[in-house]
Amino acid sequence: MDGGRALIRALENEGVEVMFGLPGGAILPVYDPIIDSSIRHILVRHEQGAGHMAEGYAHATGRPGVAMVTSGPAATNIVTPLCDAYMDSVPMVVITGQVPTGAIGTDAFQECDTTGITQSITKHNFLVTEAQDIPRTIKEAFHIATTGRPGPVLVDIPKDIVDPGNPRSAMTWTDDVTIDLPGYNPQTEVDPEAIRAAAELIRASERPVLYVGGGILKARAADALRELAELTGISVVTTLMARGAFPDGHDLCLGMPGMHGNFTAVTAMQESDLLIALGARFDDRVTGRLDGFAPDAKIVHAEIDPAEIGKVRRPDVAIQGDVRLAIEALVAELATNGTGDVDRDAWRSRLSGWQERFPLAYEQWVPGDPLKPQYVIECLRDSTPDDTIVASGVGQHQMWASQYWKFDHPYTWINSGGLGTMGFSIPAAIGAKVAFPDRMVWAVDGDGCFQMTAQELVTATVENIPIKVALLNNSYLGMVRQWQEMFYEERYSEVFLSKDVPDYKMWAESMGCVGIRVDDPEEVESAIAKANEIDDRPVVIDFRVDAAEKVYPMVPSGATNSELVVPPFQQDQPR
Amino acid sequence: MNTQAPDYRYHTLVVTVENKSGVLARVASLFARRAFNIESLAVAPTDDELFSRITVVVDLESAPLDQIVKQLDKLVNVVEIRELYPGHAVERELMLVTVSAEPDRRDEIVEHLDRAGGKVLSVGTDRMMLSLVGLPARVDEFEDLLRPYGIVELQRTGRVALATLDDHDGPGR
Repeated sequence: MDGGRALIRALENEGVEVMFGLPGGAILPVYDPIIDSSIRHILVRHEQGAGHMAEGYAHATGRPGVAMVTSGPAATNIVTPLCDAYMDSVPMVVITGQVPTGAIGTDAFQECDTTGITQSITKHNFLVTEAQDIPRTIKEAFHIATTGRPGPVLVDIPKDIVDPGNPRSAMTWTDDVTIDLPGYNPQTEVDPEAIRAAAELIRASERPVLYVGGGILKARAADALRELAELTGISVVTTLMARGAFPDGHDLCLGMPGMHGNFTAVTAMQESDLLIALGARFDDRVTGRLDGFAPDAKIVHAEIDPAEIGKVRRPDVAIQGDVRLAIEALVAELATNGTGDVDRDAWRSRLSGWQERFPLAYEQWVPGDPLKPQYVIECLRDSTPDDTIVASGVGQHQMWASQYWKFDHPYTWINSGGLGTMGFSIPAAIGAKVAFPDRMVWAVDGDGCFQMTAQELVTATVENIPIKVALLNNSYLGMVRQWQEMFYEERYSEVFLSKDVPDYKMWAESMGCVGIRVDDPEEVESAIAKANEIDDRPVVIDFRVDAAEKVYPMVPSGATNSELVVPPFQQDQPR
Repeated sequence: MNTQAPDYRYHTLVVTVENKSGVLARVASLFARRAFNIESLAVAPTDDELFSRITVVVDLESAPLDQIVKQLDKLVNVVEIRELYPGHAVERELMLVTVSAEPDRRDEIVEHLDRAGGKVLSVGTDRMMLSLVGLPARVDEFEDLLRPYGIVELQRTGRVALATLDDHDGPGR
């Protein structure tokens, strides 16, 4: 057998059903056996799209997303998705072509140091130099990507070892390959002593909060989390990466904390005496200024990645291991030995007081006003099925989507949290729709983001992946505009895009989508209803929304979470 | 991993890594990426050809030891990390030095050298090449001693270290 066919067979053996990519010189020999493979290949229009599609697929399914591109510029184009996946712990395997082994280091055509460039933004990467090593390396790549704290793995494949015309590609296929990773051994089992210590803190706490991060979703721990919350009656905040991990409709759900979190979630953490951090990493967008974050809280930190424990905030009890096992062990311990008898009524009434006085809210539309972006999200939320998958870009629209959507199921919210990659939503939505063709998938996008990756709607049309796009178009780089308004004395520098160009309806139609433009609030529901009925092609609705609308609440950069700014009409409420 | 907080600024880690191309670059780039400072670093193969050993002295002013060790441990090619506490390790460093040495100063220099336990490697018309293996602090002292004579060229290896014989079950992973 040759290395190219071995590579495809190795991917098939890993259970890969779909891959996203774009061929080119160095990877050409691997594209030939794809014709005869069971793997569906989706031809993208830009390699960045392939990477984000693989991420969207992985977010929605929990299975590793796979992308394959050629060397040089294709490899550099997929650097952003790799970094995105690294920051958000998304399991992904990226195959890149490389110039032949003999040409490496000579500045050959389309050569770049792919493994060097991606070293610090992948969980691991490989440069394979022998055809015989391909099956083992692929197995190792999937093992690393999907175990422990998940992440992206890149495999760089020189052309000569996959080109059947080259003797260096000759290899012997065997199903019997074993991984050889002496330095990789993620610890998933949790220490019972730490569980007992954590349970003690929980029993004694008066103002506990379950601080839930994306790790809950990676560990498939949503059910366990619900059990823990209901057993203890402790309220839950779900970070941007964990929206849907605990149902928004649940009495114990406080919603999203952080820079644009709701007042109750932010303040509950701030006033807490015990934060039970589960698969979360104390990101600066959650903590605000660190030395003023949750000053009275003891910390229990359950986390698969030892390096996250104590990186930002030193825990009082560290539970290193798989967070689902940690929660299950906590549930067992608390169910057996009791949840304690501390009276938390005062705490609960403070929480509900905050919820009453500081609900998520925006100034309602009055005739003559432009369309409110939050209203669009609310309409979308109310007119789509419960299991709709929402993928968002990065900016104001992302925050509004996270705030105003009601997530009642895990794996229905896909966004770029850590890296904050504009342009993420359309390709990520495509990846999710490929995984779940029978479910509705909406991309919530901004006009700045849309212009970065819209070309993938061509991919969606041609490959028959009918996603829907709600474009919250305010003609601005809205989040940057908001910062300039609030912190730069309304000196708007390079944030206005254009009111007239592009014409998004025409652009959508030119890509084979249905294009709809909405200016008037009265048209929002009918436009969404129309979009929901279309299932044979992508739809783009260009919602022309109010550019002056800001995301509230907001913790100003450098401030503590106690300095949360609420919308003007709530500012007189007693805190 | 023993994570007792040391109260001294420099700390020696002996890192066993897979002997594969690019591994040193991964370690170096991790230190750069996380803004950890390296005081010295030495790499060499071990008796097992599958593994190399990196002896790295880290500067704990830049980051806590615990965080450096855990981040290093995340590198897939890093197999084992052993912390060596002073008093529990044998540390050595090699210095090669060429020093100005007119014939009338040579006896003096050789006297210093003998006391330090070094060797004369070669003698030229007006300079000598010397070597010294010793504790890094002793090598520092000898270097200071030579400076007044005029150091022409100097190369130090950075320290290498092993746990003391009775400490092999001691701190480590």
